Amino acid sequence: MRFRCPICGLDVDVPDDVISGEIVEHDCGAVLEVVMRDGGISLKPLEGVQEDWGE
Amino acid sequence: MVVRVGVAYDILRWEERAIINAVKAAGAEVQLLHTESLTINLGKRSEGPGADVVLQRCTSHALAVESTVALEGMGLKVINSSRAVSVAVDKVWTASVLKSSNIPTPVTAVAFSPEAVFSTAEKLGYPVVVKPVNGSWGRMVCLARDREELRAIVEHRRYLPGINSKVYIVQEFIRKPGRDLRIFVVGDEVPVAIYRVSQHWITNTARGGRAVKAEVDEELEDLALRTAEAIGGEVLGIDVFEGPERGYLVNEVNAMTEFKNTVRVTKYELHSKIVEYAISAIKR
Repeated sequence: MRFRCPICGLDVDVPDDVISGEIVEHDCGAVLEVVMRDGGISLKPLEGVQEDWGE
Repeated sequence: MVVRVGVAYDILRWEERAIINAVKAAGAEVQLLHTESLTINLGKRSEGPGADVVLQRCTSHALAVESTVALEGMGLKVINSSRAVSVAVDKVWTASVLKSSNIPTPVTAVAFSPEAVFSTAEKLGYPVVVKPVNGSWGRMVCLARDREELRAIVEHRRYLPGINSKVYIVQEFIRKPGRDLRIFVVGDEVPVAIYRVSQHWITNTARGGRAVKAEVDEELEDLALRTAEAIGGEVLGIDVFEGPERGYLVNEVNAMTEFKNTVRVTKYELHSKIVEYAISAIKR
């Protein structure tokens, strides 16, 4: 599947069996998160480590 | 009938992927509950996830607590429970529960003002460890070797945003033998453990600690199971110090525990064990 990078606007290839939440690293340096919602798939920039992240 | 195992998560780490694959390998159906696209209409059970059991795997502590509460509100069995997750992500609550259950821990005090931090440190004796109420991976855990270092820590914390920055956990500094223990509990078993080896006083693998397989003796097994019972947790990673004078001391408890490095060095498939336990919990 091919999407557009929300940062640089160039194409991003994503495997067909991708899972929601997977992380995709794009050539432009952007780290993107796959989001599946209501039957659609989108890419959004991954937020950095948050204050309450952990185990 | 095929059982349905839900996996609640925000970030898909190695652990979540391994759990998802283990669910499939067990012949069960996996339901992906990615918080980014998850809405739970409270009270409308027919609109909730149709999972028979849910494994809570959120990285964000806030998302873990609130999504567990909401999923339980739909009548779902969640591992770990909202009570266990809430206790584990709050270091004051964890220490309080462990103390009241007579589980050995480092001496721990809670202070609510900078002035109280100094008087607490004087009573405990330097060096002391100052920790946030919430946090992980060794972040913002500070060592104050004297009053001047403590002053710098307190001054920085005073100007941090967030109300939790105004609560100070002041803890006895334990001189560890260059390592601590991460012990895993799954149900009523202690299947595997590792040492986290580091010359730095913070031994988290996220901070460079090296994972080495550890053997679990009877005392450790008993300590881990008693800790799990006190917390009310079913799948936990328990951090234990080897104190030079008082022996094993439980430091912290992790309810959404990471185990990538444990699987790597022990070859023990903890993800399969967790899934096996979750499926067995459905039938109870």
